[in-house]
Amino acid sequence: MDYFIHLGILFAIYVILGAGLNLLVGYTGLLSVTHAAFYGIGAYTTAILLTQTGFGFFSSVILGIFVTMITAFLVGIVLSKFKDDYYALASLGFNIIVFSAFLNWQDLTKGPLGIPGISRPELFGFSFSSNISYFVLAILFAGLIYFISKFIINSSFGRVLKAIREDEKAIQVFGYNTQFYKLAIFVISAGMASVAGSLFASYITFIDPSSFYIIESIFILTIIIIGGLANMRGVLLGALFLILLPEALRFVGFPSDIAAQMRQVVYGLILVLLMLYRPKGFLGEYDL
Amino acid sequence: MNSILKTKKIIKHFDGVKAVDGLSVEIEKGKITGLIGPNGSGKTTLMNLLTGMFPFDGGFVAVDGVSGIKKIRSYDIPAFGITRTFQDVRLFEQMTVLDNILVVLTERNIVSALFERHKKIHHEKAKEVLERVGLWEKKNELAINLSYGQRKLLEIARALAMNSEIYFFDEPFAGLFPEMVKLVSGIIKELRTHGKTVVLIEHDMGLIRELCDYVFVMESGKLLAEGEPEKVLKNKDVIEAYLGE
Repeated sequence: MDYFIHLGILFAIYVILGAGLNLLVGYTGLLSVTHAAFYGIGAYTTAILLTQTGFGFFSSVILGIFVTMITAFLVGIVLSKFKDDYYALASLGFNIIVFSAFLNWQDLTKGPLGIPGISRPELFGFSFSSNISYFVLAILFAGLIYFISKFIINSSFGRVLKAIREDEKAIQVFGYNTQFYKLAIFVISAGMASVAGSLFASYITFIDPSSFYIIESIFILTIIIIGGLANMRGVLLGALFLILLPEALRFVGFPSDIAAQMRQVVYGLILVLLMLYRPKGFLGEYDL
Repeated sequence: MNSILKTKKIIKHFDGVKAVDGLSVEIEKGKITGLIGPNGSGKTTLMNLLTGMFPFDGGFVAVDGVSGIKKIRSYDIPAFGITRTFQDVRLFEQMTVLDNILVVLTERNIVSALFERHKKIHHEKAKEVLERVGLWEKKNELAINLSYGQRKLLEIARALAMNSEIYFFDEPFAGLFPEMVKLVSGIIKELRTHGKTVVLIEHDMGLIRELCDYVFVMESGKLLAEGEPEKVLKNKDVIEAYLGE
């Protein structure tokens, strides 16, 4: 049972990550491969604050969002000048830079040794130390982020995002400075990733740079592509599918020494098949 | 002449090719002005320069009393009272017909847009322009699923929704069935009746004669002739350069 709760917590974390990235990739058409960087900044901010200062979890989440959004704002100013392949490449470069900072800024991040002993949240004397209570907390956060994402999509702002995805130059002649919109959604999306990072750090109680490498950005991207771009229910389905897939693969009976690698192969194969036969993913409204 | 838009020696070069070469034109307010010329003469380039699709290399523009404009940014053109359609239809393909209109009606300010849902007034305006082009019944269809003619009409409806002072139409009749041509020419005449200014790129000389009050003829980025359609279309140079007769 405890293992299912663990999967549920991971599901909630990846729903948060997928929801934010879907706003950027699915709704705005900006192929960002840097989400793990913001996920990591949120995680490290919470880890450092909880282990080295008197901050509580919830205030660390807010500070994490703030730090991540400021970083995203500065990076986004540069990124919003790019589009298409160049945007993807530039965002990839940023993920590499942030990963290097996590790895080498030893005074702050303790480098490859990571940060252990991150405490679980407490609220009004109640500790979320049990996994079931943490699961409830993670689902509440995921629900909040999901609601905010839906709110954005259904607003006039959300409609402009879709128009940018469809034809950026055309929407500009109707009076929209699209660089501001691209920057705004990039910053919002990063803030959401930061929340997931904070939840992850406090749940696992240990973080190191390996959780925030490019492969993690690609994993999050895979969630929203499989679930379906520009569809919020697709995020739920994609996260559920990729969290449960390793469990299903247990029954296939791969030898234990190659099981992990085979899982990556299966992920890759699914992506290739989807691109070939269903480029919109399961529930998608838009294909790359 | 009560002009609303002027260009003064406007220049655009592409890798040494003079697409627009020191062109000076003056568009009269409340009239339909035709922009004609052979393919590659610079008509669409001029329209793109005046709507900020790309910057011009030299010269000035004056719009509705604002003179000496050296740079036009595409997102500023509604502030100059300008809107346009495109030679190659540019819709928001994977959005519904209704959303293609609503998106140009709602808030431009980011923060306000974030907290805005489209209101009844937006919906009514969208209904009005979609009914005008006969697309209201298709409001929930994706733009990508419309026929070519319907796509052209949707683009015109989107321009009408802007309620601008100056309308640039780049070959709005190309590929349309006769009844659609009648519909679009009716819309253009109606705009003039309401005191709006229309700049029209068109290759059908019959439509130019029928609709335009004044015509500019371009060739190789320069002005070849200008005047009332009947006179200009009898000009020997125009016939030679454009009609090839």
